[in-house]
Amino acid sequence: MARDMSDKDILKMELEQLQKEVKNTREPVSKTAKEICEWVEAQSAEDPLIKGVPEDKNPFREKGGCIIT
Amino acid sequence: MAAQEVASQPSDTLTTLKTESETLKTKLEEERAKLHDVELHQVAEKIEALGQFVMKTRRTLKGHGNKVLCMDWCKDKRRIVSSSQDGKVIVWDAFTTNKEHAVTMPCTWVMACAYAPSGCAVACGGLDNKCSVYPLSLDKNENLAAKKKSVAMHTNYLSACCFTNSDMQILTSSGDGTCALWDVESGQMLQSFHGHAADVLCLDLAPSETGNTFVSGGCDKKACVWDMRTGQCIQSFETHESDINSVRYYPSGDAFASGSDDATCRLYDLRADREVAIYSKESIIFGTSSVDFSLSGRLLFGGYNDYTINVWDVLKGTRVSILFGHENRVSTLRVSPDGTAFCSGSWDHTLRIWA
Repeated sequence: MARDMSDKDILKMELEQLQKEVKNTREPVSKTAKEICEWVEAQSAEDPLIKGVPEDKNPFREKGGCIIT
Repeated sequence: MAAQEVASQPSDTLTTLKTESETLKTKLEEERAKLHDVELHQVAEKIEALGQFVMKTRRTLKGHGNKVLCMDWCKDKRRIVSSSQDGKVIVWDAFTTNKEHAVTMPCTWVMACAYAPSGCAVACGGLDNKCSVYPLSLDKNENLAAKKKSVAMHTNYLSACCFTNSDMQILTSSGDGTCALWDVESGQMLQSFHGHAADVLCLDLAPSETGNTFVSGGCDKKACVWDMRTGQCIQSFETHESDINSVRYYPSGDAFASGSDDATCRLYDLRADREVAIYSKESIIFGTSSVDFSLSGRLLFGGYNDYTINVWDVLKGTRVSILFGHENRVSTLRVSPDGTAFCSGSWDHTLRIWA
């Protein structure tokens, strides 16, 4: 547990972790950012908070009337 | 290489360790910087800007006697579980605002609660250092506390909990600096995750398609991504300037967002292995307590300690809306499973559903 570890042990733990992470493979942001944008654009059309939901279809719009579950 | 390693053993002091650590951190940053060839908002320039948003409070859930600390949605998209400083855990029907169940915990400050994937149980915990599971009975008169199952035991407060893909396993994070995976039936710890240097405040499970990982954030300003099977930390990010109060995976699983006491939200790209966006404004000086994405990942909702909710365009890095309504800090925020609404909980004792 971090609270019970000495400063030295914590530093050793961090050091080992950093040694591992330096070796991770990574991709250029130009590639990954583009993929994130493409993914979002593909999904946005179906995102209810972006495209909006007609009053009669969204159960969270005004109360009242029948809700069939 | 070997000769250098042997020579460094005797001088294993705090200063040597610190220097080595700093050197490695610089090297790591250099490696990451080499691939930082463009900004996310630049790539997003060609994307159409978002229109005006009209989001309002559609329901207010009143019933807690003190600060609301945590909430979670049921997969049925209408039920919500919330927990409070007053020791109560309430299950609500968000459509009708009716309370369906209420449990009084033996401790105050129930900082974590989660709905089981089946919808048949809830998990919660806080200052009792435990995570307990309560099966939800259809019989309103049944005393839920009688069926309580203690699952997780930490040596300090429970800050967050979350069921994995089934009702059988729970992931927890704690003020004791660790996260752990537990078997609900036996209460046994299946895996523990060590690496944070201080309290772990939040966690989020990767979307099931992405595999067995989760992300955690803590008071050591670090966000760590973990392999659930081996217990190893795969990647870590230390760019925030204060405690990380909330972490949330991007819907595709390739990134995650974080909210911090440094008043910023940030986006970390897991494949590029770096922070790719900061969502901040000079006028926002209060910490972010909670973050969540809309269904497509285009919007990031952040609950803040200045009582507001800021809505950010994830790709362009700009704020698209600011929502007022709560009368005290927003402490928790989750978008519903089908993305039609989101719920916020506050120190003003209420929860609000926005759509």
